[in-house]
Amino acid sequence: MASIAVSRVETGAQAQAYNEDVVRWFTIATVFWGIVGFLVGVVIAFQLAYPVLNLDLEWTTFGRLRPLHTSAVIFAFGGNALMATSLYVVQRTCRVPLFGGPLLAAFLFWGYQLFIVMAALGYVTGVTQGREYAEPEWYVDLWITIVWVVYLVVFFGTLLTRREPHIYVANWFYLAFIVTIAMLHIVNNLALPVSFLGAKSYSLFSGVQDALTQWWYGHNAVGFFLTAGFLGIMYYFVPKQAERPVYSYRLSIIHFWALIFLYIWAGPHHLHFTALPDWAQVLGMTFSLMLWMPSWGGMINGLMTLSGAWDKLRTDPVLRFLVVSVAFYGMSTFEGPLMSIRQVNALSHYTDWTVGHVHSGALGWVAFVSFGAVYYLVPRLWRVQRLYSLKLVEWHFWIATLGIVLYITAMWVSGIMQGLMWRSYDSLGFLQFSFIETVEAMHPFYVIRAFGGVLFLTGALIMAYNLYRTTKGDIRAEEPMPVGAAARLAPAE
Amino acid sequence: MPVKVEKDALTGTETTGHEWDGIKELNTPLPKWWLYTFYATILFSVIWWILYPAWPSLTGYTKGILGSNQRLEVEQRLAEARARQQVWLERIAAKSPAEIKADPDLARFAMVGGAAAFGTNCAPCHGVGGAGQSFFPALVDDEWIWGGTLEEIEYSIRHGIRNADDPGARAAAMPAFGTDGILDRGQIRDVTQFVLSLSGRASDPAAAERGAPLYAENCASCHGERGEGMTALGAPRLDDAIWLYGGTAQEIEAQIWRPRLGVMPPWQGRLSDETIKMLTVYVHGLGGGQ
Repeated sequence: MASIAVSRVETGAQAQAYNEDVVRWFTIATVFWGIVGFLVGVVIAFQLAYPVLNLDLEWTTFGRLRPLHTSAVIFAFGGNALMATSLYVVQRTCRVPLFGGPLLAAFLFWGYQLFIVMAALGYVTGVTQGREYAEPEWYVDLWITIVWVVYLVVFFGTLLTRREPHIYVANWFYLAFIVTIAMLHIVNNLALPVSFLGAKSYSLFSGVQDALTQWWYGHNAVGFFLTAGFLGIMYYFVPKQAERPVYSYRLSIIHFWALIFLYIWAGPHHLHFTALPDWAQVLGMTFSLMLWMPSWGGMINGLMTLSGAWDKLRTDPVLRFLVVSVAFYGMSTFEGPLMSIRQVNALSHYTDWTVGHVHSGALGWVAFVSFGAVYYLVPRLWRVQRLYSLKLVEWHFWIATLGIVLYITAMWVSGIMQGLMWRSYDSLGFLQFSFIETVEAMHPFYVIRAFGGVLFLTGALIMAYNLYRTTKGDIRAEEPMPVGAAARLAPAE
Repeated sequence: MPVKVEKDALTGTETTGHEWDGIKELNTPLPKWWLYTFYATILFSVIWWILYPAWPSLTGYTKGILGSNQRLEVEQRLAEARARQQVWLERIAAKSPAEIKADPDLARFAMVGGAAAFGTNCAPCHGVGGAGQSFFPALVDDEWIWGGTLEEIEYSIRHGIRNADDPGARAAAMPAFGTDGILDRGQIRDVTQFVLSLSGRASDPAAAERGAPLYAENCASCHGERGEGMTALGAPRLDDAIWLYGGTAQEIEAQIWRPRLGVMPPWQGRLSDETIKMLTVYVHGLGGGQ
């Protein structure tokens, strides 16, 4: 990697090199952890369909592998994708190399990978705080805090030393993500270790305050990690790949601030019909509803950036990944406010519908926009002419899309069925179905979902192969993508 | 840096004049439908805040003009549901399972209520609909280890089997003939062949013949001379094709050597009296009640 020629940026008298080494490392880590996360997801999906696959070993039970899956895809795959893209984007849109030099960047990379490995080891050995998406115990929490502060210093320092008069919108989103995640992480993980050398700690909060703190964190992990951060990716890579200007600067300002302001209130919708007071539930629900349009502002800006260039979708599978990711983003940010309405939540809460919703966001939005960004980055980072094979990108796209469709439709059917079965009473006032009957009824959908996961994983393996050949500088001899009869860029009337 | 506003050729919209790494931004106004939908969600929320409990203060929270209170609502609905069933439950409380069974309306209610309680509490071991599974007896047939009359079924449900929680639990247990050194390996093999012969399946007549006196001496007092079983001691029949812990020679041998002794928790105290009676009627009515 070190032998690759560095790109130069003209900064008046002297030329400075962008730090692309660290971007390359983060890109490799993105692909690696993505495949690990998808694989564990497939395993636990089959465990739900066939419980014998828990293997009767404590380390391989669903309860331990499930946080391994969620953390692997959110923090390992998603986190590395965010770091790879944010460090690439911030240098290019500020026209300066990374603040703090290559050593700080290297610390950031290895420190983050150490965090992932420490967290994963804790999960399989049963070391957990039992807080969703914040399972790692106090020693891992302290370590990631240090690493995260370094991330903030590198990113913010680069912004401060920029050679552009304005900060590009992608960087607003990245910065909001970094700052807010730091705040959420620190508050949610306030805990007292039982002993200095022991892993166990207890939360500073208790009861419903603890639950609310956890879901304030949990929902904003979705809002700021998986939404704001990935909107940063969207705002750079969609206009770059489409070679079109961003649709609306005004919309980007309004939807950014509305999103940032409203998201932080939405967490209580995870605690409808619990010990959480009514007023907090109502606030959580209404703020989630008001979040609908601010979320869609990002979708509009992403999709409408293609106006005048829609025909590129036919010939450019990388752009297709990016655009379909924005469509999935729009779908799940409509579904989310809908599910936060208490009357809807009464049916959907605790069912597979929630799992389907999360995955339309995670697979359709987060993973697809990351795939698009990685396909964009690798040829540029490894200084090769182009991707090894666009046909393979096309295969990846269709196999993964089919996998997502199978996954989310299976979970919709299973979740709504589950919710309806739970609430069925007969005329004498007795429950119609026992819990076990609802579990049995879900089995076929669990099998379909697991199969959808296999397809998604298969697509990622195709991508890994394609990217590997790309870094070698190989180019597959293949027919060019068909170009439609319409001219590529037809001027407006 | 000079700001250079351009006109985008494709859309005719002006750019903001900024450029980052080749990316420009159009100065498109906010889409009207987007803005008005955003306003509508805000309006909806404000109306919701007026109607429902919403904003906290130092001393309490805004109650909302509808006077909605989730906790009270769920209590009310539970109370209503209980009230609807009350007339039935009172009659069940006052009667024995046999009397309930004799009253067609009450029996129907008990069968439905028993099915609901069974699905939640019993099905995990005894299977959905009482079909049973390995190590957990089926309740749909007419073979009963501890008796299949209404009274016997009710007793088993109330007190359970071989548990430490209820002094009244059914407690009889088969000795471990092998590990306790009562019989040696060869003798157990012979007894096994004899036991197989009781259901007409012995593969080694000579061994079965050797096992017969051993069976008479060690097993017959509980399982009966011809393996007809004894429900008072929870000794299952050995002369048919129903085997709780498996009916192959190997499984029978293992059971004699060191028996598995199934347990069942007591449900008295965990379930209401009425529920236990309904369960009794339900289980009795699954097909094999005596």
